[in-house]
Amino acid sequence: MAINWFKYSAPTTFYGLAGKLIPWFALSAAILLAIGLYIGFAVAPADAQQGEFYRIIFIHVPSSILSMFLYLVMAGYAALGLIFNTRLSAMMASAIAPTGALFAFISLWTGALWGKPMWGAWWVWDARLTSELILLFLYLGFIALHASIDDPRRADRASALLAIVGSVNVPIIYFSVKWWNTLHQGSTIKFTGTSMHVAMQQAMFIMLAACWLYAIAIVLARVRSIILERERNTKWVTELPETKQ
Amino acid sequence: MSGLDLWMRENPLAYIWLGSYAVALLIFAVETAMVIHKRKITLQQMRLMREAETEAGDDK
Repeated sequence: MAINWFKYSAPTTFYGLAGKLIPWFALSAAILLAIGLYIGFAVAPADAQQGEFYRIIFIHVPSSILSMFLYLVMAGYAALGLIFNTRLSAMMASAIAPTGALFAFISLWTGALWGKPMWGAWWVWDARLTSELILLFLYLGFIALHASIDDPRRADRASALLAIVGSVNVPIIYFSVKWWNTLHQGSTIKFTGTSMHVAMQQAMFIMLAACWLYAIAIVLARVRSIILERERNTKWVTELPETKQ
Repeated sequence: MSGLDLWMRENPLAYIWLGSYAVALLIFAVETAMVIHKRKITLQQMRLMREAETEAGDDK
């Protein structure tokens, strides 16, 4: 059976679909988080060089990946909204920004926690760290710019431009460890293989999946509130059972 | 070496848990609570608007 995806690009239909999907994503995220933490702390062995401190990667790496991917997804939605003037795209971009900012913050915070015992410093002006900090500022800039303009459609357009221009920072973050001599280590997992212990890989990928599912659930929940706010004068919103109680 | 340096080397798992995982989980919990609160507020505002419109209609 073919699914008509365009049907769900309208806030009217997407609102209900998101409501049905949220519990599944949230429950899956909680289960995977528990499994990932168990494997990461009880099954995966200590690292030969870093000892126990390496276990920070099970939250640091997924947060860093999510902070970059969510920015690209946000910029993609913002671009769609700007080009096709679709209402839901701009709402999705607004809903993604706070979660992306929090993942960027967690990435920087956990990185600093790892840096202190490994490098002897909480922070260095390394290319990878600095570009990730710029990513956090771009998220905050997007949120602040959107909030500073009263007309939502104008706010969508202005912040969309910032999101699109700022997306140039994402490849800079990713390739910074290759382009420059950085203190931050390069990628451990490559397409050609990895030297990581299998339990470490499992924990990291399960935590990555948990973070993805959490991000999807929270963004869907946030976008439902945004839809209600922005469409409050429409007939379909006034007829929703939850607004009548 | 400072006291924190010594403590983190003696208690690496406590340092990792308290410093990064507890903070990350707290952030997730606060974000979830804020999203739930935002939905409650939005629905409450809509009900108030509906009541105000109904009252305005009755006055006419």
